[in-house]
Amino acid sequence: MRSWLRAHPTLRHIVGRAGWYVLTFFVAVAVNFVLPRLGDANPVDMLMARARTNLDSTTARQQEEAYLAEFGLVHVDDAGAVIRDAAGKPVPTSLPSQFLRYVSLSAQGDLGTSILQHPRRVSEIIGKALPWTLALQLPTIVVGWLVGNLLGALAAYYRGVFDRVLYPIALLTSAIPAFCLGIILVYVFGIQLEWFPAVGGYDDGMVPGLSWAFVRSASYYYVLPFVSILVIVVGHQAIGMRSMCIYELGTDYVKYAKLLGIHERKILLYMFRNAMLPQLTGLALALGGMVGGALITEMIFSYPGLGLAILTAIQGNDYPLISGCTLLVTVCVLIANFCVDVAVGLLDPRIRASHGAAQ
Amino acid sequence: MLKGLFRSPSFAIGCAMFFGTLLIALFGPLVLRVDVEHRVGLAYMQPSARHWLGTDHLGIDMVSLLIKGLRASLYVGFLAGSVATVLGTLIGLYGGYKGGFIDDVLTSVTNLFLVIPTLIVLILLSSSLEEGRSLTLIALLIGCTTWTWTARAVRAQSSSLRTRDHVALARINGFGTGHIVLFHILPYLLSYIFMVFILQTASGILTEASISLLGLGPYDSISLGKILNEAIRNEALGDGAWWAFVPATLLVTVIAFSLYIINTSMESVFNPRLRR
Repeated sequence: MRSWLRAHPTLRHIVGRAGWYVLTFFVAVAVNFVLPRLGDANPVDMLMARARTNLDSTTARQQEEAYLAEFGLVHVDDAGAVIRDAAGKPVPTSLPSQFLRYVSLSAQGDLGTSILQHPRRVSEIIGKALPWTLALQLPTIVVGWLVGNLLGALAAYYRGVFDRVLYPIALLTSAIPAFCLGIILVYVFGIQLEWFPAVGGYDDGMVPGLSWAFVRSASYYYVLPFVSILVIVVGHQAIGMRSMCIYELGTDYVKYAKLLGIHERKILLYMFRNAMLPQLTGLALALGGMVGGALITEMIFSYPGLGLAILTAIQGNDYPLISGCTLLVTVCVLIANFCVDVAVGLLDPRIRASHGAAQ
Repeated sequence: MLKGLFRSPSFAIGCAMFFGTLLIALFGPLVLRVDVEHRVGLAYMQPSARHWLGTDHLGIDMVSLLIKGLRASLYVGFLAGSVATVLGTLIGLYGGYKGGFIDDVLTSVTNLFLVIPTLIVLILLSSSLEEGRSLTLIALLIGCTTWTWTARAVRAQSSSLRTRDHVALARINGFGTGHIVLFHILPYLLSYIFMVFILQTASGILTEASISLLGLGPYDSISLGKILNEAIRNEALGDGAWWAFVPATLLVTVIAFSLYIINTSMESVFNPRLRR
């Protein structure tokens, strides 16, 4: 295995990166486990506070023990009954054993039960919300990335009026915070002009499905959130690509190609390919930032995705749902970063070599 | 070089915008009567001569709220920016200069936290810190989660400086690591670190606004994000009360935009690769 890896630098690069990301994943899981438990809020107390009003003390205690067992806070025997100590009180589990339980359940895709929407499963809630977020974010980021890179490269190459108009606009759009643009769009086009629906994902009373009426309604609601993210992504990417291309234009190979009289379009292609590499990392960053962007954008547009799920979870202190969503988001970011690392390694031999040398 | 900076129009525009907001934040309370404790009228009153930007959903003067919010946001930005810059610079400088095992450890830790989304960590932290979520604590948390990319960038620069002759000379002369890092490496990176500080300040302000917008803002203060959160939660958009959210939105945008263009104009002057 070792000698085989040594003979294949590309493979070694991929294996090395994969190992590193597995390590990062465990740290992320630990962070996800520890942070919500820093405060003294406890899911069982919260559920009980809601249930207590109409329960007598015996049923209340039974209910509380059932919840304690459900959230893994007390020891349970194989039959599912709560284990008691000499005084008849349930034996609480230690934090490390709770952590092991959390990891093994999460690995099986079981993210626990929501407090706010008890007894719905967290995975069920996420499963409903995720397609909306993906449908909104992925096309926006990919389209924005392509358009932005194209505009940036053209601005760097043609300069002149094109650059002088495009650059300040791109600067402005990349600096506008996502939520500011969202709020203004909702107010102007949603409420004042009433061109597009201001909030929501589809018309009230419609059942999500693949019917023509539903798709039409959903795409009508899609416009404003789509534009609000797209504008910002295009601005970001255009600025990054522009400065990359300005750098590439100053390099010797471009000057030499120009001296040789190679066709302009061909030089642009060479340049584009070289400047593209760091922009791939930019794509990973955009996908990572998709989370934050999704949260705020979906909150402002009340879009029924993951961001809105996290928001309602935050407002209701629904810890299992919050950490379920954040875990999923972290995993997506890690996978995106891993893919980009591998892609960049495949495209750029220098990175492969440096990684191999570091091992 | 500085002459080139002062001649750049985008630098001038950025500075004018930024120092304009800074002046409002610093001297606003001296010039105007700022009162966010008392109701001065009904909910969502239109802008008038008495209350230039109307009132919020509780009937509190909007101008007062905005000045208070602006002060809080700038405070968070500077504090978070300083923490992130100092932490990142120290870790990056030390790791880059030392190299070897320490550098490997610091780089791994940096890269690890670079991939875990900051906003997620902040959401988890702020939602568990139900009580005690003060403005200062939020700023410190933001600073402690965003230092990573400063560290990575500074490390790259400092490890390229460690093999320079003057650093070797200092080492031969028996100066300690601290002395060499502070007096022989840091000065070369100052302009760069200053630009990083500007960006970190901008991102600190935006991050605080995002957290507050989600309803996880400070309990002890008003901030621009919190004004927006209250406005959205209390139907200001549907009621057409533009004065409750448009000025706050514009202020956040102006601060972020001015800091970004100050940064890019400095970069185009200090970074010869971008000159043409």
